[in-house]
Amino acid sequence: MSSPSNVGRMERHLRDRRDNGAKLLVAYITGGYDGWEAAVESAAAAGADAIEIGIPFSDPVMDGPVIQEASQAALETGATPASVLSSVPKLDTGVPHAVMTYYNLAHHPGHERFAATLAKSAIDAAILPDLPLVESGPWREAASNVGIETIMLAAPTTPDHRLPELCEASKGFVYAVGLLGVTGERAALAATATEIAKRCKEVTDKPVLTGVGIGSPEQAVEASSVADGVIIGSAVVRRLLDGGGAEGVGDLVAAYRAALDAG
Amino acid sequence: MVMTDPNKEGRFGDFGGRFVPETLIPACEELEEAFREAWNDAEFVEEFHRILRDYGGRPSPLTECYRLSEDLGVRLLLKREDLNHTGSHKINNVIGQALLARRMGKSRLVAETGAGQHGVASATAAALLDMECKVYMGEVDVKRQALNVFRMQLLGAEVEAVSSGSKTLKDAVNEALRDWVATVEHTHYCLGSVMGPHPYPWMVRTFHHVIGDEAHEQCLKLMNQLPDVVVACVGGGSNAAGIFSGFSDSDARLVGVEPAGGAAVGRGVPGVVHGMTSYLMQDEVGQVQEAESISAGLDYPGVGPEHAHLSAIGRAEYPAVTDQEVVEAFQLLSRTEGIIPALESAHALAWVVREAPSLQGQTVLLNLSGRGDKDVDQMMDVLGPGNIQ
Repeated sequence: MSSPSNVGRMERHLRDRRDNGAKLLVAYITGGYDGWEAAVESAAAAGADAIEIGIPFSDPVMDGPVIQEASQAALETGATPASVLSSVPKLDTGVPHAVMTYYNLAHHPGHERFAATLAKSAIDAAILPDLPLVESGPWREAASNVGIETIMLAAPTTPDHRLPELCEASKGFVYAVGLLGVTGERAALAATATEIAKRCKEVTDKPVLTGVGIGSPEQAVEASSVADGVIIGSAVVRRLLDGGGAEGVGDLVAAYRAALDAG
Repeated sequence: MVMTDPNKEGRFGDFGGRFVPETLIPACEELEEAFREAWNDAEFVEEFHRILRDYGGRPSPLTECYRLSEDLGVRLLLKREDLNHTGSHKINNVIGQALLARRMGKSRLVAETGAGQHGVASATAAALLDMECKVYMGEVDVKRQALNVFRMQLLGAEVEAVSSGSKTLKDAVNEALRDWVATVEHTHYCLGSVMGPHPYPWMVRTFHHVIGDEAHEQCLKLMNQLPDVVVACVGGGSNAAGIFSGFSDSDARLVGVEPAGGAAVGRGVPGVVHGMTSYLMQDEVGQVQEAESISAGLDYPGVGPEHAHLSAIGRAEYPAVTDQEVVEAFQLLSRTEGIIPALESAHALAWVVREAPSLQGQTVLLNLSGRGDKDVDQMMDVLGPGNIQ
């Protein structure tokens, strides 16, 4: 399957990888946390197909304890949207970048200004988990105007009748939320993880990646039996919180990569 | 009508909406539909009012402050929400929401609380209707409102101290939302103010409308006219919304009093958090700031979207008072009228005292949203047992 010509860099890259037979792996790292830049490069070098960079927000309602802790620590050491974004163009990753943050940080400066800042900061896509489809129109338009792909979240509770519209609106990939809950590793993969990915796959040919609740390479493989790949966040950030540094992050991402490649 | 239903996107003018993770959108839609149905069902409304009457103690009285009125040169009337069961107006909303949750087949309530009044009210409603209840409360508030924590536990609720962020009300809301994201299938989020995603601001105001309706009737009965000024404290703004809704179509001046350290409307910067667009205290890049007030119940950096709207269209005004003015008002009402007010409600009185010179001869209706028993311990620390003025 060839990529439609009007898609952005994130979607084109992920489609190409998928169509070449790969299972996709996206790694999340909290921007501004001590050592985050080296961790991003290390994750990319270890085989992540794209990187999600968190811009820390004061009230991260979609995040569990691990990412909350990293966000809080980053904020306390002075991380701002500008300080995080200005570092991204200097990073040597060779893969597309998404930011993951909360809507007020886009609302406060204004959609156009925030989108423009992303576009000139080597960012390809944005994930705003507290901006649901019903409220997302104005932001998606502003982002699209400067080539930023807005990745929408499909939840286990999202009704069938809304999924086609949601997947149509989503650019870059479709983020299938693996469970009812906030980010964080779980001991076992929730049954909802494969169900929601399957429901998305039935209505879109965009890459569908499952995130939230992926706790091990085995779970990543299981989730990817239906989805086109996975997003790992808390598992990665935990390495940083535990002092594993960029090397620890690289080892972890490499383990997921190897498991996914082995199928 | 000024305080009408929001539009179909849940907006009052430019404010409101539904800014929550996609996971919660169906739950908000389901709640909106269930509320519309229930509120049009005479049986539901009758049961709501019956419980408020036979269990909650409504109607709450209207008390004329003879001594204080003379001192201030203002005819001061108190709407006595402090006399409701559980000691504040909060019971109106939780009875409504708990009945609705039961009707929707949900067996568990989660709630956030600041001062503990909404937590106590939620725990009470859960006990009454045989539901499970978990209350999230900032660690700072758990310390300064220890009595209410124990009260909730006595009522059978589980209280979880929230240690993230500023460890106060806004973080308790975050944690309650996180709980709800994970438990939405069997849990109802019993939100305690006129804030959050649509339909909460509208629904919570509707459950508190009874305050304004009663006060309207009581004022007419007492004076054969309506008050010149209606004043209430504003954190999220539920008690103010309740009493304003009985007077928004009259000529009465509507005044919502914010704490100086939590003046979301006063600063007038729009933002989005906790499911709504409203005025929000935030820094230069949009990080939500921590409110700082002597009263845990008003320690909130945002405000209900309908208040933002009432301010934007000029129908209500939102001045701020300082902690010092509040402490003085707290003592003043205790001493002159024999009523110890909640620190939250003392904000409204502090404004009346400060503005009294410009209100001479006017009638002021003040919503005394809660009683001060919960604050006595804290005030003993502030004032010292030997330092009462």
